[in-house]
Amino acid sequence: MPMNANDIEKLIKAGIPDAEVTIRDLAGDGDHYAATVIAESFRGKSRVQQHKLVYDALKAQMGGELHALALQTGLPER
Amino acid sequence: MAIDQFIANEVKSNDVVLFMKGTPQFPMCGFSGQVVQILDYLGVPYKGLNVLENDELRNGIKTYSNWPTIPQLYVKGEFVGGCDIVREMFQAGELLSLMKENGVPVKDSAPAA
Repeated sequence: MPMNANDIEKLIKAGIPDAEVTIRDLAGDGDHYAATVIAESFRGKSRVQQHKLVYDALKAQMGGELHALALQTGLPER
Repeated sequence: MAIDQFIANEVKSNDVVLFMKGTPQFPMCGFSGQVVQILDYLGVPYKGLNVLENDELRNGIKTYSNWPTIPQLYVKGEFVGGCDIVREMFQAGELLSLMKENGVPVKDSAPAA
């Protein structure tokens, strides 16, 4: 079952409270999204660790309800 | 052999391993296809393992790395990342550096990092 972009954003923010989340629906089918997640709490973490934090926030949705999420993570500009 | 032992053995006995949907010749998913294109562009020798042929492998690799998605790229037994991370590293020249640091042969024509 597809997820809507708001639900994805809410889940990510629940897991990473300081995250700035931008979501794009790539195919318009509620199943393929691109998310950019910017958070100060990513500082000092590797890309794999940053992506894992986002996946942890999305919990079981990833790979199940949510088929495809292109993910980009980064730090806020100071 | 248990699936985690099979995976551990594959990533230790091959310098570069890609767990993917489909094969390097016929990727069955756009994300897997992107990583194949990047590895082919760099001219890196790698072993592709098709998780669609084996449900045990498809689930086992997610548990092994504690990473929920496929493709997954391993270099010298270490998990490097999925499609997005591999692409970002490639664009930043970091993937080429990683291969060279690990003694993985790359094509001469690949631009220097």
